[in-house]
Amino acid sequence: MSKSITQVTLKNGMKVMLKEIHTAPIISSWIWYKVGSRDEPTGKTGISHWTEHMMFKGTKKFPNGVLDKAISREGGRWNASTSRDSTRYYETMPAAKIDLALRLEADRMTKSIFEPKEVASERTVIISEREGSENEPMFQLSESMLHASFRVHPYQHEIIGDMADLHSITREDLYSHYQTYYIPNNAVLSLAGDFDTKVMIKRVRELFEKIPAGNVPPRLSRPEPERKGEVRLTVEGPGETVFTQVAYPFPNATHEDYFPLQVLESLLNGASGLSYKTCRLYRALVDKGVVVDISGWSESTIDPFLYRFVMIHRPNTKPEQAIQILDAEIQKLQDTPAPAAEIHRAVKQARAVFAYGSENITNQAFWMGYTSMISDYSFYTSYLDNLAKVTPKDVQRVAQKYFQPNKRVVGSYIPTGRAS
Amino acid sequence: MASKSVSSLPSPEDIYQSILPNGITVLARANFNSPAVNISGYLSGGSIFETDEKLGLAGFVSSMLMRGTQRYTFDSIYNELETVGASLGFDSGVHNASFGGRSLVEDLPRLLNLLAESLFHPTFPKAEVERLRTQILTGLALREQDTSNMADMLFERHLYPDHPYGKPTDGYVETIQSITRKDLAAFHRFNYGPRGMVIGIVGAIQPKKAVEAVAKALGGWSVSGQKEPPALPPLKPFRKMIRKHHRIEGKSQSDLVVGTLGPYRKNPDFMAVSLANSVLGQFGMMGRIGHVVRERSGLAYYAYSSLNAGTGPGSWEVSAGVNPKNLNKALELIDVELRGFVKSGVTKQELVDSQANYIGRLPLSFESNGGMVSAILNIHRYQLGMDYYQRYEGLVRSVTRDDVVEAARRYINPDRMVIATAGP
Repeated sequence: MSKSITQVTLKNGMKVMLKEIHTAPIISSWIWYKVGSRDEPTGKTGISHWTEHMMFKGTKKFPNGVLDKAISREGGRWNASTSRDSTRYYETMPAAKIDLALRLEADRMTKSIFEPKEVASERTVIISEREGSENEPMFQLSESMLHASFRVHPYQHEIIGDMADLHSITREDLYSHYQTYYIPNNAVLSLAGDFDTKVMIKRVRELFEKIPAGNVPPRLSRPEPERKGEVRLTVEGPGETVFTQVAYPFPNATHEDYFPLQVLESLLNGASGLSYKTCRLYRALVDKGVVVDISGWSESTIDPFLYRFVMIHRPNTKPEQAIQILDAEIQKLQDTPAPAAEIHRAVKQARAVFAYGSENITNQAFWMGYTSMISDYSFYTSYLDNLAKVTPKDVQRVAQKYFQPNKRVVGSYIPTGRAS
Repeated sequence: MASKSVSSLPSPEDIYQSILPNGITVLARANFNSPAVNISGYLSGGSIFETDEKLGLAGFVSSMLMRGTQRYTFDSIYNELETVGASLGFDSGVHNASFGGRSLVEDLPRLLNLLAESLFHPTFPKAEVERLRTQILTGLALREQDTSNMADMLFERHLYPDHPYGKPTDGYVETIQSITRKDLAAFHRFNYGPRGMVIGIVGAIQPKKAVEAVAKALGGWSVSGQKEPPALPPLKPFRKMIRKHHRIEGKSQSDLVVGTLGPYRKNPDFMAVSLANSVLGQFGMMGRIGHVVRERSGLAYYAYSSLNAGTGPGSWEVSAGVNPKNLNKALELIDVELRGFVKSGVTKQELVDSQANYIGRLPLSFESNGGMVSAILNIHRYQLGMDYYQRYEGLVRSVTRDDVVEAARRYINPDRMVIATAGP
């Protein structure tokens, strides 16, 4: 895995990250804005995601309907997504056509129109997107879990936003959000693929350096106070299947406990991107016939977020027995240091997942930008080394520190029966 | 900007093909860009062998292969894999069972060994059969609540009446409950085997070495009495509009599928139909359907058309998810669009755009080992020729506007469609 990348900062403060890869005639370009659902005050939830949708509605130079066709015509693949901490847009193009993507992103950083008619039509599209999610029991449960887990911090709502706000947000709200956050000194451009770095930097300067810098607003961050006592909740809805989620507060990605917790996650729930049938919880809960499935994961976030377990229960069983077994497995990690062999295994798994990821140019551009949102590129390049440094004692210590029953939220989806 | 890389398109010069004495075809291509390797393939063992009383049997068998073999337990198979960050899985469709896996190249022998062990010697342990049965039944309960799955299932049932394509490969509650351990073992004994099996390998290994590794692991497999898959029964053409609704209470979104029969993958008109589909419901933000249903009317988050073409008669369908109160409005918009499409065809610009898209995006589909291995398997499976991707640009460019409109009219009759919806 090549670790060498070039990083430059333009005069207007925009950061550019470049990695030459000549394995295929492809270039992937990602632009990242440091704004996500966590920057949304009450009453404006979902505005970052809606703004992301509006970025596809055209500028004067690339009007609606021209923009998408222009990229597709050149064989490009493009999309965007909004997370809790950032909003990102990407184009992966045949190498000879990348200029179109760069011109488009430079243009729509400041010149998206937000036509009122388009805002109105996109309002119903996003409401429809939310209604599609509401069809899913897991979405219903997750939304309630977030609200219960964060009383103060803006991670408390789903990225898509609350229905009330999707009805009330105005065109002016959206445009103001866009003007506030879509400025070069709040953006990172990450490029990977078949280019010459010097030539690429020159072209990026031509297109982006003239865009004036703005005032970067501080991130909305209201630290979540420590919870005093477990919270239990239920959500009811159609269906026959019971789901349970258990959520523990989890530190941010740059916290010193992050890597021991990644190893712990591997032990309990398996490595991200691989099957997880020999992790401790699968063996204890699925192999023993207590639940149909158990999964668990953390997210790499700027502020402390959550470690969440999800269990799908067998028909006609109650969640309590499964929760007790989950607790017992966590207890084992708290009482005894994990065998060193299990930690070596976690490191080997991560090495394989990194190798699979490096096959793909789009992925490599993604990781450069992603790490720059939460830390810097060294987060990626030193990831495996940091994982290898974790000791059995570290894993035991973080298990004790973070998995405390009186800090968690436990929620179940209780089906009201098959109503069809 | 000048490109420094060489062409990544697969060609007869770099796809190494070998047939083992027991009938297994091996297709290999090297990619030393990352230290990983990807395998994928298929073999006899699809739901085409099932009876109506045992629907879901083929899928049950494929999911049991890694749940216990003569040498390994369920846990020890997965331990071998997960310890080294490798993965392997089986699935099944109508015509075939299929498999896919990946590992670091140093672990390829281990991966192939587990593939062989799972295929040759599954033991269908009783406890694992029951555990999997519960998981399948839970999946069916979730399917019952999923508006998209239920609309698709309803659509297929009416598009392909009394035909293997019209039956759900995951079965029904009653059929899954009726399947015994004996059924599973017998299905595997007679329907699985090396004859007709194809495996593709792409990754950081010389193709000849890859073939040697496959021969070592799978070359010794022989099955006496391996059954030939039955031929597909003739399809009863439907002669009128069919509209069906599956009610699921308490849902905030309904799903719709409007469609008809499509071409076989090997049909000479496939490329014309594929480009027609691109204009109809793919290109840009999901083509004309996306433009009308999503962009102009704001009715849906997703609205697109898709073409499913394989060994047998394919399907060509429009799908969307909408608020239940907008269901009829969306269906009307789709109807108007389909009528205009078969009447007037596509504009010159629309065709040129989609052609450019097809040609330009080709290298993107070969970005990863997984993309490359599925491309190689496809050209082999549908006998498109190992030089298919070298000829691809010409094939795309040779399609005319007349070809597209004729293809659309050949398959789409707006007065004779299957409309399936699911929701409140």
